[in-house]
Amino acid sequence: MPETIEQVPHEAEADLHVRHHFANAEQQMEASTLGMWTFLITEVLFFGGMFAGYAVYREMYPAAFAATSEFMNVEIGAANTAVLICSSLTMAMAVRAAQLSKRGDLIKYLIGTLIFGITFLVVKAFEYHAKYVEHLIPGPNFHPEHLAPQFMHNAQILFFLYFCMTGMHAVHMVAGVGLLTFLLIQAYRNVFHAHYFAPVEMIGLYWHFVDIVWIFLFPLLYLIGHWHW
Amino acid sequence: MATTYPTTPEAAAEEPVNYLNVEHGWKSWLFTTDHKRIAMLYVFSITAMFMIGGTFAMLMRLHLTRPEGIFAPETYNRFFTMHGVIMVFFFLVPSIPATLGNFFLPIMIGAKDLAFPRVNLLSWYLYIFGAIFAIYVVAAGGVDTGWTFYAPYSTTYSNSYVLSAAVGVFVAGFSSITTGLNFIVTVHKMRAPGMTWMRLPLFVWANYATGLIQILGTPVVAIALVLVAVERVMHVGIFDPNVGGDPILFQHIFWFYSHPAVYIMILPGMGVISEVIACFARKRPFGYEFIAASSMGIAILSFVVWGHHMFITGQSVYTGIVFSFLSFFVAVPSAIKVFNWTATMYRGSVTFESPMLYAFGFIGLFTIGGLTGLFLSTMATDVPLHGTYFVVAHFHFVMVGGMLVAFLSGIHFWWPKMTGRMYSEAWARFAALMIFAGFNLTFLPQFVLGYLGMPRRYAAYPPEFQVLNVLSTAGASILGISLVIPLIYLTYAWKYGPKAGNNPWGAKGLEWEIQSPPTTFNFDDTPTVTEEAYNYGEEVEEQRVA
Amino acid sequence: MTTDAKSHSHVHIPKVSTLVKVWITLLVATFVTAEVATFDLGEWNIVIAMAIACTKATLVAWIFMGVRFTSQLTKLFCVAGLVFLSILLLITFSDYSSRSWTYHAKPWATNKSLGLSK
Repeated sequence: MPETIEQVPHEAEADLHVRHHFANAEQQMEASTLGMWTFLITEVLFFGGMFAGYAVYREMYPAAFAATSEFMNVEIGAANTAVLICSSLTMAMAVRAAQLSKRGDLIKYLIGTLIFGITFLVVKAFEYHAKYVEHLIPGPNFHPEHLAPQFMHNAQILFFLYFCMTGMHAVHMVAGVGLLTFLLIQAYRNVFHAHYFAPVEMIGLYWHFVDIVWIFLFPLLYLIGHWHW
Repeated sequence: MATTYPTTPEAAAEEPVNYLNVEHGWKSWLFTTDHKRIAMLYVFSITAMFMIGGTFAMLMRLHLTRPEGIFAPETYNRFFTMHGVIMVFFFLVPSIPATLGNFFLPIMIGAKDLAFPRVNLLSWYLYIFGAIFAIYVVAAGGVDTGWTFYAPYSTTYSNSYVLSAAVGVFVAGFSSITTGLNFIVTVHKMRAPGMTWMRLPLFVWANYATGLIQILGTPVVAIALVLVAVERVMHVGIFDPNVGGDPILFQHIFWFYSHPAVYIMILPGMGVISEVIACFARKRPFGYEFIAASSMGIAILSFVVWGHHMFITGQSVYTGIVFSFLSFFVAVPSAIKVFNWTATMYRGSVTFESPMLYAFGFIGLFTIGGLTGLFLSTMATDVPLHGTYFVVAHFHFVMVGGMLVAFLSGIHFWWPKMTGRMYSEAWARFAALMIFAGFNLTFLPQFVLGYLGMPRRYAAYPPEFQVLNVLSTAGASILGISLVIPLIYLTYAWKYGPKAGNNPWGAKGLEWEIQSPPTTFNFDDTPTVTEEAYNYGEEVEEQRVA
Repeated sequence: MTTDAKSHSHVHIPKVSTLVKVWITLLVATFVTAEVATFDLGEWNIVIAMAIACTKATLVAWIFMGVRFTSQLTKLFCVAGLVFLSILLLITFSDYSSRSWTYHAKPWATNKSLGLSK
């Protein structure tokens, strides 16, 4: 059972944030929520195009796709997945803190989310660099060691999809880090409280969505073939 | 940016404060969040892009007066590509939603603005940013892949400005997405008290359905263009046969958007026609619920038919059968609308002002365009017709004879409200008839050409086709000149035309109850709606100021 | 513009214990996904991996994103997005699956044509 909201002194301040074309704060909140969900739907279809490509080519070239899994570091991928899951927890806790007007907690959890998010991106950068060093970038320099020659062509499709899908995901993470930084500044200025926390919740929705995309990317890109600890 | 309030009673009677004169200066326009000002910004922008796209059309038709052509084939390829890219992405897709939709959707539901006014302004800036890329491509020498950007030509072999064109279309796509998002949230959350879904004007239903398509479809073409761009830069990609890629996958992802896109283009036009016919037949649209439901039906069905563009490109014939079958269904809601419009006019009190002339033109031309689409959705007949001028004629009938005509109808219908001035009805009727004549002369011969086998996107053709091509070019010249005429008299009317009252046509609808031009916040008090839409029971006096 | 009545929508604040339980479930599910991939279950590997991923995604959406407490409209929007994504995936996939029904062999190299197992 959810906790009930307590009466806090800033009720009237909610109206300060209501824009002129809205009748009241409730309408504005409902519009914002529906707007953010609509935007997330566009993101589903945006990533979806690449998932369609992945599905088609995995069905066409299952052996080549499976052969690429030796070049994916499952431990790092799983660890990064865990990092994002932790960031989702801290994000949810941050929204909760805003709803309860707890500025200190809100700042703490936003910083936590930022740390997890940046960690993910740093790890990703190391992964990309490793792939570059191992000549796994598709194109004229594609030259992986120990890959059976009959897979040399089709494996490039998998790596192309790997870079495009994780790259697009990373772009969204970077945007998320920017948005979180904005939230942190606003939280520091004590803008958010129980009667006005919409930006925290909306950016939270975005952040969780980016986590969901990675939840699918991890098994599809890292666990195609078999691996051992 | 001073607010200029009139200082004498005479001055106040002269020109009441409205969204146009409440503030002056370029900053008040470029940083506005007023949906009406943003709509006017769009009117100028898409008119400019239309003229660029139209210029390419004239160059194409000029080239095609000779069987061997006039320009080099590579140049011709760039002409038809630029014509397509600019007309599809920078005119047709934004046209009615970004102009008339932006202007009137909030007013029609009794709202002070769209749900997200700053996002609305962002939408315009995205459009301009995309248009700058498109204009850069034009100036730099063009792209020659066709507006469809098919791989592997676009990804590997074309040596034109594919990347810049893809970026321009990508950015314009997000302009479209933000507009759709804004409309959807606005219709759900900003309706005035008493404005139930079944009291909404059909123009609102049409723009809402369009918004759904924009949201669901545009992101997919966006990612298709990203993949093409990355493949072009990396010199390898998932559409590259050298590594086992399939170019037809690009077509799937591309047409998943681009077929629904044609309904993005036509649905708002249909919304305009519903409004215009209701007004000039003095009757509530026959089968209002069916027209509303058919807009939704078109939006949903449009997503399951995209493969009818790919019948002969290498798609599985079984998937083709499914697409062909489903494509027949998508014609049904459109036909329902045509029947309902006709039934609205039956026993109505019909008058023939210029918006209504355009509406009549729409019904006839859209019907022809729609029926010829059935020949193309039938797989067997599509085999000889695909890639011929039959296809070109079909889509120009629905897009120009349908969509452009509806746009003109709407602009004429609502111009008195947007500017507070009435245009010259005589010139408007003349232009409407000339446009109709020029259009038919341009595109009817193309049906014959396609049936006889003339391929599209070819820079040369057999000499026996020359007569029909010359006729088509003659028609295009008439059409081109005729389209300039409204530009002139509408602009003239804005400055020098007689004042139109609040309701020069005697129409029903919230937009006709407020002043012309409207104030910044549309309504002094949020209206409460108690009547059904199109309540044309009693005679409505025209309040036209002579 | 001020409002006359205080019209607060009912704000649902999740319990910390709920959030933590979901967090732990997600971490465990990630571990299970990786662990299952160490076994060769043929075609079932991808099925299980996707099933777990869908469960994780549903948990994130339902609890972390608060879909549990949103309006019917929002839930409809979520479902609609997934429906149209499915249309893209399924029909495109059906093209590639059915091409071989006309021809005797798929035109691209398969495991079988390359003489590979599985």
